[in-house]
Amino acid sequence: MSTGTLPDVSRDDASLRAFLHGLPGVDQVGAEARAAMLSTRSIKTTSKQWAIDTAISMIDLTTLEGADTPGKVRNLCAKARRPDPGDPTTPQVAAVCVYGDLVATAKEALGDSGVHVAAVATAFPSGRASLTVKLADTKDAVAAGADEIDMVIDRGAFLSGRYLQVFEEIVAVKQASAPAHLKVILETGELATYDNVRRAAWLAMLADADFIKTSTGKISPAATLPVLLVMLEAVRDFRASTGRQVGVKPAGGIRTSKDAIRHLVMVNETVGEEWLSPDWFRFGASTLLNDLLLQRQKLATGHYSGPDYITLD
Amino acid sequence: MPFDYAPAPESRAIVDIKASYGLFIGGEFTDATDGTPFKTISPSSEEVLAEVSEAGPSDVDRAVKAARRAYTGVWGRLAPAERGKYLYRIARIVQERARELAVLESLDNGKPIRESRDVDVPTAAAHFFYYAGWADKLDYAGLGPAPRPLGVAGQIIPWNFPLLMLSWKIAPALAAGNTVVLKPAETTPLTALLFAEICQQADLPPGVVNIVTGAGETGRALVEHPDVDKVAFTGSTEVGKAIARAIAGTPKKATLELGGKAANIVFDDAPIDQAVEGIVNGIFFNQGHVCCAGSRLLVQENVYDEVLDSLRRRLGTLRLGDPLDKNTDIGAINSAAQLARIRELSDVGESEGAQRWSPPCELPEHGFWFPPTLFTGAGQSSRIAQEEIFGPVLTVLTFRTPEEAVAKANNTPYGLSAGVWTEKGSRILWMAGRLRAGVVWANTFNRFDPTSPFGGYKESGFGREGGRQGLAAYLTRGGPGA
Amino acid sequence: MPRPATSRLDVRKTYKLYVGGAFPRSESGRTYAVVDGKGSFLANAAQGSRKDARDAVVAARKAFPGWAGATAYNRGQVLYRVAEVMEGRREQFAAEVAAAEGVTARVAQSTVDTAIDRWVWYAGWTDKIAQVVGNANPVAGPYFNLSVPEPTGVVAVLAPQRSALLGLVSVVAPVLAGGSTCVVLASEDRPLPAVVLGEVLATSDVPAGVVNILTGRTAELAPWLAEHRDVNAIDLCGGDPEQAVELERSAADNIKRVLRAGEPDWTSDPGLLRLTAWLETKTVWHPMGV
Repeated sequence: MSTGTLPDVSRDDASLRAFLHGLPGVDQVGAEARAAMLSTRSIKTTSKQWAIDTAISMIDLTTLEGADTPGKVRNLCAKARRPDPGDPTTPQVAAVCVYGDLVATAKEALGDSGVHVAAVATAFPSGRASLTVKLADTKDAVAAGADEIDMVIDRGAFLSGRYLQVFEEIVAVKQASAPAHLKVILETGELATYDNVRRAAWLAMLADADFIKTSTGKISPAATLPVLLVMLEAVRDFRASTGRQVGVKPAGGIRTSKDAIRHLVMVNETVGEEWLSPDWFRFGASTLLNDLLLQRQKLATGHYSGPDYITLD
Repeated sequence: MPFDYAPAPESRAIVDIKASYGLFIGGEFTDATDGTPFKTISPSSEEVLAEVSEAGPSDVDRAVKAARRAYTGVWGRLAPAERGKYLYRIARIVQERARELAVLESLDNGKPIRESRDVDVPTAAAHFFYYAGWADKLDYAGLGPAPRPLGVAGQIIPWNFPLLMLSWKIAPALAAGNTVVLKPAETTPLTALLFAEICQQADLPPGVVNIVTGAGETGRALVEHPDVDKVAFTGSTEVGKAIARAIAGTPKKATLELGGKAANIVFDDAPIDQAVEGIVNGIFFNQGHVCCAGSRLLVQENVYDEVLDSLRRRLGTLRLGDPLDKNTDIGAINSAAQLARIRELSDVGESEGAQRWSPPCELPEHGFWFPPTLFTGAGQSSRIAQEEIFGPVLTVLTFRTPEEAVAKANNTPYGLSAGVWTEKGSRILWMAGRLRAGVVWANTFNRFDPTSPFGGYKESGFGREGGRQGLAAYLTRGGPGA
Repeated sequence: MPRPATSRLDVRKTYKLYVGGAFPRSESGRTYAVVDGKGSFLANAAQGSRKDARDAVVAARKAFPGWAGATAYNRGQVLYRVAEVMEGRREQFAAEVAAAEGVTARVAQSTVDTAIDRWVWYAGWTDKIAQVVGNANPVAGPYFNLSVPEPTGVVAVLAPQRSALLGLVSVVAPVLAGGSTCVVLASEDRPLPAVVLGEVLATSDVPAGVVNILTGRTAELAPWLAEHRDVNAIDLCGGDPEQAVELERSAADNIKRVLRAGEPDWTSDPGLLRLTAWLETKTVWHPMGV
């Protein structure tokens, strides 16, 4: 990307459209081939150890169910603080991610552990509500102590070309969520093409997102490696253009250590180690943590562990 | 702490390399009757892997006679469907022994195991599988009813894709009903010799496939042998010309796959990230030891900086080192001689005033290595823009208009392949129509498939390998008087 | 030539070269006497030189992009037009063939008819050959992959020595049908029908330079063409078998596509040999994605 008059592009729909559609296209086959190639990286021994601990520290441990209760959330928070009670060297996760009404419970359970509370907001997961409702949803979560807000973009508006509306909504939520960090969920599974993923990523970054996030986890496909690749290229190019670094969070469908390590390899080889920290890269996941713990135990003890040695929360 | 990948070497235990190898003639390994044995080494360590026989003229003669006997005695009389079944068997055994073949290939050639495992060996198996199915369908190959095989094929293959080139040669020849004498390159004979074992495991009739090892003299004896009906050669244009001269005035047919200096053309509306991958894959795949490598990058001048920045950044992530490490992207240069040639031409590039750039890259102490290298500031007239380097060296040139891109791309005696990167469909077709090259990769590069004909225009050779065309190269029209 | 009873002195023609759409004399100023089967003088033909051959290659190269880039339909129409114009000059051609080859008027006429029909046959091929020898390739991946035949470029043709017209047409028409251009060395001793064919080509919408016809000494001119680096292919058809070996060796210098010496029975079905000999297979890949 050439640097230029980026602020001006949000003047109106036409300017945004001209800018977003002027971004280089993404060839699906090529992007998927690159992702597949990176998936063949073989991460062993010390590097695997490092990757597992790094992945654990990047997890937004998530529960986003209608059946969530304070008890469930407290359990999750305990796990977040001390993922493997048998091994105190296990890092804690980055955050716990819940619906807005459970932020206070989570905040209390996490105390001064340093684990953040992230709340989904803006009529998650569909985003089908008025801006007023979305802003109220956001403000509630922030008021309850959320450190991070995970908002959804209006995919309907995006797909019908009302880019300015999407942009302005993100800007408004960003203001409403201060001082919390804002993660913008693109719901890439509904955007259908990698070209759209790239455009939506840029749109969110132009609107001042702190993080761009793949998915709600409620739509399939959720996070995929080629989608991550395109988003990583976007944050890389955005920083090159503006000097501002934006974080990336794949979410949904990342269940195994192998998956997580593939994601880290992709980060490493696409944007480099500056993104390899919880400040700039997160995994939105629920079951991933236990698989990472299993693998961690295997590496520590030299033999395979089993589910009875990992807590179910 | 940076994310350093710990060594992840593929185990060598799977291969059993013998101390010495004879020639595979008439279904058996036999000692050479003349010629001096030579050593094949691992280019990544210079370790001697095995001693290999050099086939002299009398050995080549024995091999051609064995092939002739098999042609007239067995293979030519076999029901076509049965011939096909042998090829299916071979395809399956190649798949069964894929890991072994991949490790052996990486040891002997120096290429990364990721490539031998994911490209060379599976594609070789696919070639046998594809041509197996042609054996009993020759009437539909486009040469009219009952086309006939040519007889004995003398086949000479290069060191860059030893097993894959073997499969390109042997599979169509056998499917069409020919028998073969194949000479692998002197620096990479081992997978061909393992393939000989595979022929034994498949119970292929003796003499249908004969493998004679040796260097140029062995190849010459094979080309000039009067009882060879067809010469198939992949290698340098220089040797290709010598072969074309040698068979002049004989009834021998020939397929020549020779050198190239492909242009990889990037327009300003290209999918830049994929184009950068394509550039990297185009020239650094197999250390650039690829006749169709995209060794000339033609970038539209208005995206030059953007593309070059991305390219340099991407080159910084290439991992050079142990070919058997599963994370290696760039392996060893195949031989000291090839390394010397790459160095020489790179030095020429510098002395001609082009700017040379390589990412920070530590080269192993032993073996033959050359870092991924870019040359900018070169002109169309630079030797590095004209001559095939056959190494990981990319010469970057610019253009302003589609016409200029085509003119520069075609401005070479070669015509093997070309790449075009643009998201504009009509421009792709316009370019594809004007590029004088046998393979045009649009928005991709270095893709190979057994169904897809491959071969060059002009001094890149003639004839095609792969697909129906590759089969027809081993057939002649049937019928009376044909 | 039949002479009218009233003894009018006929107007003879100077037989010249056909290069780049024009009819120049040889730059060398040389001519040689052409005689009929009985040894009677027919005409002084231009004796082309190495420089004429060079000029002819330049003309053929210049004409190549336009001819190769013409639609197959258009090329078919042009080739058919050649047949039409030849048909109108049937008698002239028959007389030329009879004189050149020493055959009876009936045989000559039949030969001319076959030659005209050969143009028609090749005219029909222009827009079909791609469908017969090209194909879609079902590669194992998300790629569109198509192989199409393309013209090789500039083809040097040593025309048959005996069959001055039918043989000539049978080696030139396939070059044109496939989209290549050519430099033809006409039959050395029987060159006159070739010159007349040039006159037909010049008036049949065949673009200048697509066919260039040289008359003269085959053994003198052929090496220049076989060695010429801007010639992509050579048909040694009418070459002296011994010299042809040397020519084939020379042709290797830039990997020319070569058809070896030898004249088939020109009246039999030509098949695709000569048409496909001057075609390259180009394979184009493109990813399929959204």
